Amino acid sequence: MDFLTLIQILDSTIRLATPLLLACLAGLYSERAGVFDIGLEGKMLAAAFLSAAVAYVTGSVWLGLLAGIGASMLLALVHGLASITFRGNQLISGVAINFLAAGLTVLVAQSWFQQGGRTPSLMGGARFEPITLPFADALSGVPFLGPIYGDLVSGHSVLVYMAFALVPITWWILFRTRFGLRLRAVGENPAAVDTAGVSVTRLRYAAVLICGVLCGVAGAYLATGLQAGFVKDMTAGRGFIALAALIFAKWRPWNALWACLLFGLLQAVALRYQNLDLGGIVIPVQVMDVLPYILTVIFLAGFVGKAIPPRAGGEPYVKER
Amino acid sequence: MAAPDAAKAPAIELRGISKSFGPVQANKDISIRVMPGTIHGIIGENGAGKSTLMSILYGFYKADSGEVFINGTKTNITDSQAAIAAGIGMVFQHFKLVPNFTVLENVILGAEDGALLRPSLAKARKELTALAKEYELNVDPDSVVEDLSVGHQQRVEILKALYRRAEILILDEPTGVLTPAEADHLFRILENLRREGKTIILITHKLREIMEITDTVSVMRRGEMTATVKTAETSPEHLAELMVGRKVLLRVDKVPAAPGAQILEVENLQVVDSSGVQRLKGIDLDIRAGEILGIAGVAGNGQSELLEVLGGMREAKGSIRLNGQPLPLSGAGADASARRQLGIAHVPEDRHREGLILDFHAWENVAFGYHRDEKYQRGLFMDNDALRQDTQAKMAKFDVRPPDCWLSAKSFSGGNQQKIVVAREIERNPDLLLIGQPTRGVDIGAIEFIHEQIIALRDQGKAILLVSVELDEIFALSDRIAVMFDGQIMGFRDPATTDEKELGLMMAGITDTRDPVSQEASQHG
Amino acid sequence: MDKMPRWADVFLIPLISLLLAAGLSALVILAIGENPWAAVKMMVSGALGSTYGWGYTLYYTTNFIFTGLAVAVAYHARLFNIGGEGQAMLGGLGVALACLYLPLPHWLLALPVAAIGAALFGAAWALIPAYLQAKRGSHIVITTIMFNFIAAGLLNYLLVNLLRPVGSMDPATDKFPEGTHLPTLHDLLAPIGIEFSKAAPANVTFVVALLACLAVWLLLWRTRLGYEIRAFGHSEPAAVYAGINPVKITMIAMLISGGLAGLMAVNNVMGEAERLVLNAVEGAGFIGIAVALMGRNHPFGVLIAALLFGFLYQGGAELALWTSIPRELIVVIQALVILFTGALDHMVRMPLERIFLSLRKGA
Repeated sequence: MDFLTLIQILDSTIRLATPLLLACLAGLYSERAGVFDIGLEGKMLAAAFLSAAVAYVTGSVWLGLLAGIGASMLLALVHGLASITFRGNQLISGVAINFLAAGLTVLVAQSWFQQGGRTPSLMGGARFEPITLPFADALSGVPFLGPIYGDLVSGHSVLVYMAFALVPITWWILFRTRFGLRLRAVGENPAAVDTAGVSVTRLRYAAVLICGVLCGVAGAYLATGLQAGFVKDMTAGRGFIALAALIFAKWRPWNALWACLLFGLLQAVALRYQNLDLGGIVIPVQVMDVLPYILTVIFLAGFVGKAIPPRAGGEPYVKER
Repeated sequence: MAAPDAAKAPAIELRGISKSFGPVQANKDISIRVMPGTIHGIIGENGAGKSTLMSILYGFYKADSGEVFINGTKTNITDSQAAIAAGIGMVFQHFKLVPNFTVLENVILGAEDGALLRPSLAKARKELTALAKEYELNVDPDSVVEDLSVGHQQRVEILKALYRRAEILILDEPTGVLTPAEADHLFRILENLRREGKTIILITHKLREIMEITDTVSVMRRGEMTATVKTAETSPEHLAELMVGRKVLLRVDKVPAAPGAQILEVENLQVVDSSGVQRLKGIDLDIRAGEILGIAGVAGNGQSELLEVLGGMREAKGSIRLNGQPLPLSGAGADASARRQLGIAHVPEDRHREGLILDFHAWENVAFGYHRDEKYQRGLFMDNDALRQDTQAKMAKFDVRPPDCWLSAKSFSGGNQQKIVVAREIERNPDLLLIGQPTRGVDIGAIEFIHEQIIALRDQGKAILLVSVELDEIFALSDRIAVMFDGQIMGFRDPATTDEKELGLMMAGITDTRDPVSQEASQHG
Repeated sequence: MDKMPRWADVFLIPLISLLLAAGLSALVILAIGENPWAAVKMMVSGALGSTYGWGYTLYYTTNFIFTGLAVAVAYHARLFNIGGEGQAMLGGLGVALACLYLPLPHWLLALPVAAIGAALFGAAWALIPAYLQAKRGSHIVITTIMFNFIAAGLLNYLLVNLLRPVGSMDPATDKFPEGTHLPTLHDLLAPIGIEFSKAAPANVTFVVALLACLAVWLLLWRTRLGYEIRAFGHSEPAAVYAGINPVKITMIAMLISGGLAGLMAVNNVMGEAERLVLNAVEGAGFIGIAVALMGRNHPFGVLIAALLFGFLYQGGAELALWTSIPRELIVVIQALVILFTGALDHMVRMPLERIFLSLRKGA
C-alpha cells in the first residue's frame, strides 16, 4: 500500500467516523444521565431524511440541518416522555423509535417526492461543501506534510470539524462544569441529585435533548455532507455501531473518539477493498462489516477490560417511600 | 436580639398533618412542636408513619392537609429545594451519595456557586476543614465515597446538610448500620450541633438511643402521634407501651434449653465476595439439637454471608458438617436445593428480595424452594391442586390473613408475608432452621406468634441459627449468643450472664470485656 | 392490593394502546393525503376478504407467532431478546442445510428434521449472548443486537461465497428438492372439502405454530422449568435462595427463545420460498417484540397479536399494491404498538388505575 492510498483511506476514515462520533457523543450525554438509548439509529435516520428534504426544497443546507435537528429532537422528546415522565422501559422505547423513523421516513418521502422513499439528489447550496483550510494549497507541494495537511486535515465539511471539536468540549462540560457534575450524578444516583434539591426530570430531559441535537447533526451530515440526499435506511446500522463505540469507550469522550476512528477505519477499508488480502490471508468484506459488532461483543464479554455502564442507567427514577 | 415572642417560637411546628397513599393512611392529623437547640426523638414501630412524616417535612411528599411552620413562619415545602432553603437538612437511612464521586463533589452537588466547578470546590474544601474542626466531622475531602466506611459516609451526609446552612437536621434511623462506637461518635457530633444551637430530629425505633440523647420524644403508632413527653420524665417501659398501645412483654416465655446431639459444626469458614473482599474470615461454631444460637452484630459484618453459605446461596471454603456428614461448599451439590434435601430450612433476612416472589400467588410461594419435591409433581407437570391444598392447610395453621391462596404475595401485610415464609420452612420439619431477621417489618402480634413458633421448634429438638440486628430479639430467643464483627466471631456468651453493654463492645470488635461493668445487672429488657 | 381488575390489565390496556396506535396511524394516512377509512376497508378485504387473503394473513401470522413466543419466553426470565431476527436467519440456514443435504423423501419426515435444524441453529445463535449474559453479565440487549448484524454478515458471506449454485448471480441457495415441499392449507383442507386458495403460502407450519403456543403455555405455567423461569424472572436473588441456578435458567430460557425464533424458518424458508434467500426474515424477528408486548407475553395473547399483525402485514401489502401508501405504514404501526404497549404503558395505565380506584371508592 503506497502513501497516497493510505492518505485516501485515512481521509475516508475521518468522513465515515464523523457520523459515528456525533451519534456516539449523543449517546454519551444520554447514557451518562442514566437514560439508555438504543434509538440513536432512528433519530439519525429521521434527521437524515428531514434535513435532505428541507435542504432540497429550500436550497439551504443550513435550514436542512436545523430541520434535521428538529426531527431528531422530536423523537428524543418521545424517548424522554416514555423513559423519564412515564418511567417506561428505555430499551423498548428505543426500539420503537427506530421503527418509527424507519417507517415514517419512507412514508413521508414517498408522499412528498414519489421517488420510492428517497429524496431527489442534492446539489450546490443544499449540501455541505468541503472547506479548504488556510495554506492547504500553499503546502500542497511539500512532500509528506503537504498531502497530510491538504488532503487529510483540510478539505472536510464544517460538520466534520465540529464533530471533532465536540470531543474536548464534551470532556470539559462533563468534568469541569456544574451541569456536567449533575449530569454524571444523575446517571449514578438520581436520589442524590433529587435530595440535593435538583430536578432529576429536568436534568435527564436536558441530556436526552442534547442527545437529540447531536443525533440530528449526525443524520444531517449523512444526507447532506457524506452523501447527496436521503435514501431508505441510509443509516445502515451506524446508530448501533455508535452504540458499540460508546460501550467500547467506557462512556468517556476521548475514548469515544478513538473507538469511532477505529470503526470508521474498518468501514473505510471495507468500502475500498472487497476482499482484503493480508499476505495470503484473505479477509472477506463481510468480516470487515461485522468486525465492529464482533469487537464489541468480545469487549462486552469482559475479556479485555470491563465496561461498567453508569449505575442508574436504564432505570427510571422513582422516589422511595 | 430577637423579641421574647420570637425566641419562644419552635424551630419546627407541624399542625394537623395528614397523608394517605391510596387506601392506607400513613399520617393522621399529626401535630408536633420542636424547640430550637434541642434534640427531639420520634419513636415508633416499623410502618408507624415516621418516615412519611419526615419525607413530608423534606418536601418528598405533599401532605393532604396540615401546615408547617419554620421558626414561627408558615412555610410551604413543595420540594427538597424549598426544604433546603428553609434550613432543613436530612440524613436518610439509605445514604443519598454518588458512590464514585469524591467527598467534595458530593458536598457541592446541587449547592454549587456558578457554572464552573473549580471555585465551588475550593470554597467547599475550606468550609469542610472548618466544619471538621467545629463538630468532630473529619473526612478526607478527596476520598471517593464508595471507599469510605459507613460511618464516614454518614458524616458526608451531615456535612452536606451543614454546607447548605441547615439549622434543622433530621436523621432517619442513623445508627442502624453503625457499630456502637461509631454511634457514640455520632452522638457526640449531635451534641456538638445542639450546643451550637442547631435543632435535631432523631427518628429511631431504639428506645436506648432516645433515652441517651434526646430532650423530648414523640411516639407514633399507626400513623398517629400518641404522645409527646420530656425524655427526663419518662421510662423505656412507658415509651414501649405507648409505641405498641398495650403492655409489652419484652421477654418470651420459654423453658431452659435441653441441648442434645451436635447438629451443625462449622470450621474455618471463609468467603471472598465478587469484588475480592473477604466477608467471612474463618468462622467456627456449632449448634446442638434443641438449641438456639443467636448471632448478634451490626448489619454488614458477615452475618448475611454466613446464612447464605449455610443456605446454599453462596460458595465458601472451610468445612460444614450436618449430623456429622460433611457438606460440599462449592459446585453442584452446594446449592440451596441440595441443602433443603438434607434438612436445612432457611427463612431469609429479606423476604421481599429472597423469600417470596411477590407477584406469585400465595400457593406458588408455598412451594418456593421445595417446588422439586416429589409430592408436588404429577408426571411431566407440577401438581397445582396439591400445592393449593397444601397452602390452605398452612395458612390455617399459621393464621395467615386473609386465608386466600390465590392472592399474590405482595397483597399480604408484612406480618402475614413472614408467616407464609415461616410456615413454609418450619412445616418441613427441618433438622436445622436458619432464620434471619425473623421479625423485621412485622407487627407486634405477628412477632409474638413467630417467636413462639421458633421456640416450639427448638423444643421439638431442632437446631436453630438465629441472625438478628435487634439485640432485644437475640436476648429473648437465644440459648447461646455469638457476636460477629468484621467477618469473625468475637466470642460466645450466655444470655443469662452477659448484657447489652458487653455485646455492644464485642460488636465493635473489642473482645476483652471481662471488666466489672459487665457483672452489673443487665439493662436490656 | 391490586389497583385494578385483571381483565382490565389483560384486555383493556392492550386495547387502548392499540386504539391509540391505530388513531395515530390514521392521522399519518390523512397527512399523506389518503383516506384512512378507505384504507381500513381495503386492508380488511385484502387480508380477510378471500381465502387468498387469509392464506397470506395466516402465513404472516405463523411467522409472528414464533418470533412473538421467542420474545415472550425470554421475557419471563427477564431477558429482552432483541435477537429474534438473527436467530430466525440462522434458523433459515439450518432449514436450508437440512433440506439440501439430507435425504428427505417426504414432508412428514422433512418437517420434523427441518424443524430440528431450524430450532438448533436458532438456539445456537442465542447461545453466545446467553452465555455472556449468564456468565459475564454482558447486557443481552446489546449482544443480541450485535448478533443480528453478525448473522446478516455471516449469511451474506455464506450465500455469496459458498451456498450459491455455480453460475447463479442471485445470492441464494438452490431450490429445495421436491420431497421437502410442505403441504399448504389448500392441500390440507381439500380432502375435507374446504376450498382454499392454491396460491397462498399458508402451510402446515401454521398448525405447528398453534402447537407451539400450547407447548409454551404448558411449559411456563404447568412445568417445574417454567416455574423456575418465571421465578428467576421476578427476582434473581430469590431464585438463588430457592436453589434455582441463574446461569442454567438464563441459558435454557435463551436457548428455547432462540429455538422458537429459528422455527420461524420452517414457515418462510421451507414452506414459502423453498430456498434460502438473503434477508428472508424481513423484520419478522422485530415484529415479534411488538407481538409479545401486545400479547402481554402470554402464548394466547401472542397468538391473537400475531393474527392482528398478520392481518396488518397482508392488508398493508394490499394497500401498497393499490394505493400510494407504501408498506412502511406497517412499520409505523408496529412502532406505535411497541411504543404504547411497551414504553408508554404507564401513560395508559395511570389514568385507568385512577378511574378504577374512584369507581371502587364510589361503590
